[in-house]
Amino acid sequence: MTLEKLIFYVLAAVVLAAAVMVVTRRNPVHSALFLILAFFASSGIWLLAEAEFLAIVLVLVYVGAVMVLFLFVLMMLDIDIAVLRSGFIKMLPLGVVMAIAMAAELILIVGPGNFGLEKYAAPARHAADYSNTEELGSVLYTVYMYPFEIAAVILLVAIIAAIGLTMRRRTDTKFIDPSTQVVIKKGDDRIRMVSMDAEKG
Amino acid sequence: MQFDATQLIPVLPEISLLTLACLVLLVDLFIREEQRIASYVITQVGLLVTVAVTLAVASSETQILFDGSYIRDPMSDLLKVGVLLVTFISFLYAKDYLIQRDLFKGEFYTLGLFAVLGMTVMISANSFLTIYLGLELLALCLYALVAFNRDSPEGAEAGMKYFVLGALASGMLLYGISMIYGTTGTLQFDELAKVVSKGDMNEIVMIFGIVFLVIGLAFKLGAVPFHMWVPDVYHGAPTAVVAFLASAPKIAAFALAMRLLVDGLAELNGGWQGWQGMLIILAVLSMGVGNLIAIAQTNIKRMLAYSTISHVGFIMLGILAGTKEGYTAAMFYTLVYALMSAGAFGIIIALSRKGFEAENLDDMKGLNQRNPWFAGMMLLLMFSMAGVPPTVGFFAKLFVLDAVVSVDLTWLALVGVAFSIIGAFYYIRVVKLIYFDQPEDETPLSIGVDTQVMLSINGLSMLVLGLFPAGLLSLCAAAIGS
Repeated sequence: MTLEKLIFYVLAAVVLAAAVMVVTRRNPVHSALFLILAFFASSGIWLLAEAEFLAIVLVLVYVGAVMVLFLFVLMMLDIDIAVLRSGFIKMLPLGVVMAIAMAAELILIVGPGNFGLEKYAAPARHAADYSNTEELGSVLYTVYMYPFEIAAVILLVAIIAAIGLTMRRRTDTKFIDPSTQVVIKKGDDRIRMVSMDAEKG
Repeated sequence: MQFDATQLIPVLPEISLLTLACLVLLVDLFIREEQRIASYVITQVGLLVTVAVTLAVASSETQILFDGSYIRDPMSDLLKVGVLLVTFISFLYAKDYLIQRDLFKGEFYTLGLFAVLGMTVMISANSFLTIYLGLELLALCLYALVAFNRDSPEGAEAGMKYFVLGALASGMLLYGISMIYGTTGTLQFDELAKVVSKGDMNEIVMIFGIVFLVIGLAFKLGAVPFHMWVPDVYHGAPTAVVAFLASAPKIAAFALAMRLLVDGLAELNGGWQGWQGMLIILAVLSMGVGNLIAIAQTNIKRMLAYSTISHVGFIMLGILAGTKEGYTAAMFYTLVYALMSAGAFGIIIALSRKGFEAENLDDMKGLNQRNPWFAGMMLLLMFSMAGVPPTVGFFAKLFVLDAVVSVDLTWLALVGVAFSIIGAFYYIRVVKLIYFDQPEDETPLSIGVDTQVMLSINGLSMLVLGLFPAGLLSLCAAAIGS
């Protein structure tokens, strides 16, 4: 077994174990942390496949941004895990059957029988100074210009939809208005003297 | 390849729509609440301008651009014009509804226009990548529009359901696409057709790829057994949104089916192993379940949702025939259905008013006494949906059945006829409620003049197209290229 194979199997085992932990942990924060581990290990596998750019983006975007945001959400919301799991036992047999069917199909269809090395030879190794970031960049704005532009529009729609669905003007929210804050004058604006009778007894 | 600005000419409809959507987005930021009508006017004028642009770039030849991502052919021209006009109609119906419910906001038009852009991208897609992006653009806008009324818990629930199931369907579609790409090595539909005709692929992987592709497609079309979201979404979303959601996206879904199955995989339709067999199962189930469950509905929006499902079954019949005649018939059916559906929801919007939603079948009672003209329009729309001659719905069904019979699937045509007869019951029940029952609510209808004119045109078009179906049919035939 070459070193590369060894690294692959170790990383694959970590991904699988972390994925199992994500769905079995009781504490959602632990689940999220295991998901981060799964992302890290997958990015390692991508590095092995010479997809350096994707590997780095996976760590930067998913781990760095998406999962951190997700952890914030988890910690801010009071998630009752018992309620979420209430249908677990009832749905378990169906889930297991589905999972086995999907796994069997995956192995049959995209397994080595149809996509093995004897059918598709491994691509040639690139030299150490080969940059796939540059390769991606050179096709992204030429060959894939049209899909790239549509993806940009999709992001714009996501912003509009998110703001449209969540932003509402409530009259009862307490907020600070900076413009009134800065024009405030020393003296009466800051302190209000209230004369009260002294409490007795 | 050198970039040349003349390459952009066939893409002008999309460019025009994107410019329009961004314009509405910006203008809406700077206008006051009482000037909000400006967003609406810009949207409607822009849609008509885009129709003109689409017609200006239309031609009988096929152009493939952007390294094979984009295709402009006669089919895309006709379907784009259809989408734009139906959107125009549904936005017109929506206006008064939105104003009455304090939902008259720029986002409705921005999201609506981006949804239309997504539809045109799908219609003009020549690769799996473009068609998927167009689909997601459309779907994201629709999720937000369904939950548009934030004070309605039903709307939020419908939006959430639609979002989760839509994401699942996208996953299925992508899984299928990845398998097909894996075994053929191309994402472009024209290249794919060449690979398929050479047989240069792994059969098993291809079949499974098509299965996932068809499942994803069926989810998006709302075909049984992947239809669960349709009634909930129709029920929960604001009626104005449903008028849009139930009409124009159906044309885009037809384009999705045509591009995915016919452009790339036309040679794999034969027998039960190809997509024809899968579509037969979906079509029979859709016609059956859709028509039977619609009978039990008391909510008219849910009833029309199940009716959509059964109509989708009919559209599939045309596609699965696998002949140019069949595609033409399916296209005719889709365009006519989009028009009928917009009209039916237009009437429901017209029956509603501030503080009252016409949702139940009982709200239709005695419409003839309240407003005989619009009762007549609803009669035409319902007869057209049921397929009663001389309305256009009859010819739509006839052409589809004719195409199915001519490929020796007579039994399937018989099933279609049987379920249409069952379906006729609940359409005619609406007519009975309108003409033979006493109104429970005597309030006269208050409909704006623009809506009145458009509803009349929409209703009468059922009759006119039914009396003279040859014009639209020859347009469809020219678009398919037969």
